[in-house]
Amino acid sequence: MLDYLLPRYKVLREDDLCVKCGVCERSCANDVHTLDEEMDAFLIDHKKCVNCQRCVVMCPTGALAITNWPQVGNGSNNWTLAAMQEIAKQSQTGGVLLTSMGNPKPFPIYWDHLLLNASQVTNPSIDPLREPMETRVFLGARPEALKVNEREHLVKTPMPPQIKLDVPVMFSAMSFGSISLNAQKSLAMAAQELGTYFNTGEGGLHKDLERFGAHAVVQVASGRFGVDTHYLNAGAMIEIKIGQGAKPGIGGHLPGEKINAEVSRTRMIPEGTDAISPAPHHDIYSIEDLRQLIFSLKEACRYQKPVAVKIAAVHNVAAIASGMVRAGADVVVLDGFRGGTGAAPTRIRDNVGIPIELALAAVDRRLREESIRSQASLVVAGTIRSSADIVKAVALGADAVYCASGPLIALGCHQCQDCASGKCNWGIATQRPELTKRLNPEIGAQRVINLVKAWNHEVQEMMGGMGINAIDSLKGNRLMLRGVGLNEKELDILGVKHAGE
Amino acid sequence: MPRCDATHTPPREGAVRIPSGCAISGIMDKSGARHDGTDILKSIALMHDRSNGLGGGFAAYGIYPEYKELYAFHIMYENQEARKATEAYLDAHFMCEKQERIPTEPVRSIVNPPDIWRYFLGPHPVKLSMSGQDEAEYTMLHVFHINAVIPGAFVASSGKNMGAFKGVGYPEDIGSFYRIADYQAWLWTAHGRFPTNTPGWWGGAHPFTLLNWSVVHNGEISSYDTNRRYVEQYDYECTLQTDTEVITYLFDLLARRHGFSQEMAAHIMTAPAWDKIDAMEPSRAAFETALRNVYSSALINGPMSVLLGSDEGLLALNDRLKLRALMVGEKGSMVYLASEQAAIEVVCPDIENVRSIDGGVPFVVQLDEVAARKAQESAENTFCDLCRPAQLVGVVPQASKKAESMRATGGQRADAKWAEGGQNHA
Repeated sequence: MLDYLLPRYKVLREDDLCVKCGVCERSCANDVHTLDEEMDAFLIDHKKCVNCQRCVVMCPTGALAITNWPQVGNGSNNWTLAAMQEIAKQSQTGGVLLTSMGNPKPFPIYWDHLLLNASQVTNPSIDPLREPMETRVFLGARPEALKVNEREHLVKTPMPPQIKLDVPVMFSAMSFGSISLNAQKSLAMAAQELGTYFNTGEGGLHKDLERFGAHAVVQVASGRFGVDTHYLNAGAMIEIKIGQGAKPGIGGHLPGEKINAEVSRTRMIPEGTDAISPAPHHDIYSIEDLRQLIFSLKEACRYQKPVAVKIAAVHNVAAIASGMVRAGADVVVLDGFRGGTGAAPTRIRDNVGIPIELALAAVDRRLREESIRSQASLVVAGTIRSSADIVKAVALGADAVYCASGPLIALGCHQCQDCASGKCNWGIATQRPELTKRLNPEIGAQRVINLVKAWNHEVQEMMGGMGINAIDSLKGNRLMLRGVGLNEKELDILGVKHAGE
Repeated sequence: MPRCDATHTPPREGAVRIPSGCAISGIMDKSGARHDGTDILKSIALMHDRSNGLGGGFAAYGIYPEYKELYAFHIMYENQEARKATEAYLDAHFMCEKQERIPTEPVRSIVNPPDIWRYFLGPHPVKLSMSGQDEAEYTMLHVFHINAVIPGAFVASSGKNMGAFKGVGYPEDIGSFYRIADYQAWLWTAHGRFPTNTPGWWGGAHPFTLLNWSVVHNGEISSYDTNRRYVEQYDYECTLQTDTEVITYLFDLLARRHGFSQEMAAHIMTAPAWDKIDAMEPSRAAFETALRNVYSSALINGPMSVLLGSDEGLLALNDRLKLRALMVGEKGSMVYLASEQAAIEVVCPDIENVRSIDGGVPFVVQLDEVAARKAQESAENTFCDLCRPAQLVGVVPQASKKAESMRATGGQRADAKWAEGGQNHA
């Protein structure tokens, strides 16, 4: 069959600058660049380029750049070139379209329609360089009231287990298998240094990472890979993954070729077999089943660790979250529809779920209306791109955020959306030893630490500007937000006023 | 009145949030001996420039000893209908011992004052026992109902043996208007307000009161919405959108419902910084961590100096960073607090031990008898009314009925009946 597929990208090489050192060729696992010895020139297979930009960054003379394939469509808004290319691909293969990373479609990004307040005249802003500026957050259930002995300074109410975050950011779930051990180690080291947590995803906890257990969230998902009592007690918090923002309603599939010896041992499955996570947990067909799993896990850790439950943000998210809290979840994690993934069907990623901003606002409000907000913490994920997004999320009502794409970009990810191929040139979403060794965990950790420290400084600056010196007073403080370019309904759901009001 | 847009009336306070600067002053006799309002008037008048004529008021404790077992409601009315509706409501839910117009005196600068009445009353015993609430909770919810529902009526104070006298004007004019020099109290607090906008009505003036609490405050808290959304979970209705209102509710929640001492409640609101807690010995650190953790949303941020009056005495509190001035001085059994030292010295020139209140450290002055009693009591807090009043549960939602059948069965009447049930969820 004739392949109708066009290249997506075009690799531009400035021959004047190229010294034919061959770094590009060695950099590319997709075999885009090949030096033709006879012609003494590079052949470029544009079709194979995924725009990961590894060669562009590595080229010592700056001779390379990637641009879009110059082919135009016919000008139709319906039958765009991209839409036709997808049909070409499916008619060729008969398969479901697969992709990676977050929803790239131009849906509204509500973070960019929210603006923050700052103090002027009637109260002073606070300079974080001069005054303490607290970003410490605790996650877990809280009693509604505390019984104490005031004279002896003793707490009488038993305190449920909680985890302490020095910065309001954690690294979201990415399993060993979907990412490399070096990538996971980078995040684990960074989490330890920053006083926060990385999340094992549903790939188990590699023995080399057990020493970071105090900074790990261990995940229990529908495949139950790597789950045993030792695993459940190895982390600081347990997270039940019901759904993921990038692919609500469906499970996962890690192909057998990525299940090498290490992955196999960590996941507790045979080498080379496909790791299939079913769409639902087969022991959770309703809310009362969730309660049983939550309490099984609490029993397994002897009530020493908080149990989080993560769901994708879907239409009825507020009612579901309320049920989760009543079922005993100590932390509710919401993952918005722009959240990333190692692999998801394109149609699911691009069409299922709702924006995290609206889901967060709706859930926070519902939990307050039901007077159960203080019973559980609320963590949101799904395109937290900067410190400003964090501040806005907390002001809408989140206790903290999960972030994965940001730290991955710090490690070198260029969002090429080709994780599923296993040929990540940055050594992140791959298990090939020649690629994973490109990522040095010490250097990777340092980049992530730098990023989160920079974000935290910015969070402190923004808080100080608002006259707030503890993140406690930012949480749910929606008066600090104003909407721009939003309609009444959107403002109502977000619970914020329009700018100028 | 010059206005660019004739159809646009500036919103009243409550519909909008109005930042304010202020003067505050408090005078207390720890022995419980009562003094007239002359000194507090003089003290607040000295700080004339800290207010701008758009709000002033006083709270006085011990002024109604002959009715000290009854709640004294001070209610402002905009018109006759408001009073009729309110009195009918009070009649249905309370037993009123005495009602009268509060005596006032014409003052040139006070124009168009509301009709202001006081009632000495107790909860209707049958309705109280049917409500499943205690006396204070019952009374509080009915005060919320009047303030939220009855047009043109506002309960300015609702405590026992105390009252608030407030309005739109300079505090010294408001004081003369209410003839506060005629009242005898063991504790006086006063407030002069500098709102950035016209509040538009008298109820918005300070002190803000609830049951026996009265709060005067200078500052603009930046944690307002966090605090508001926290207390609103527990059936407090922040109708005025003022800091004073939400601070009062926080005290009520922590001290009355959660049973903490006022000092501990204030400590929770201005909790120590984490680096201080980290340096504490482990058991104390665990104590402070638990408090910050559970009451994270009760932390107050931003400039504030607060005087809290109650039947126990006076509590003064500054924000953690000490962003507002507040001075204290003593003389015998008298304690004086004010935004400016001059406002203390003007009434007590030989004041002793004058100092400023530290940021985040509650300053507590208790009546001698209260202090003696507290020393004997357990240091453990007891919860009261932790479970919020039951949500009103109906039989079937009105929205599910077709319009026709609703008319036929008098659906609206059914609604009115729920509202009358006194649970205030209508």
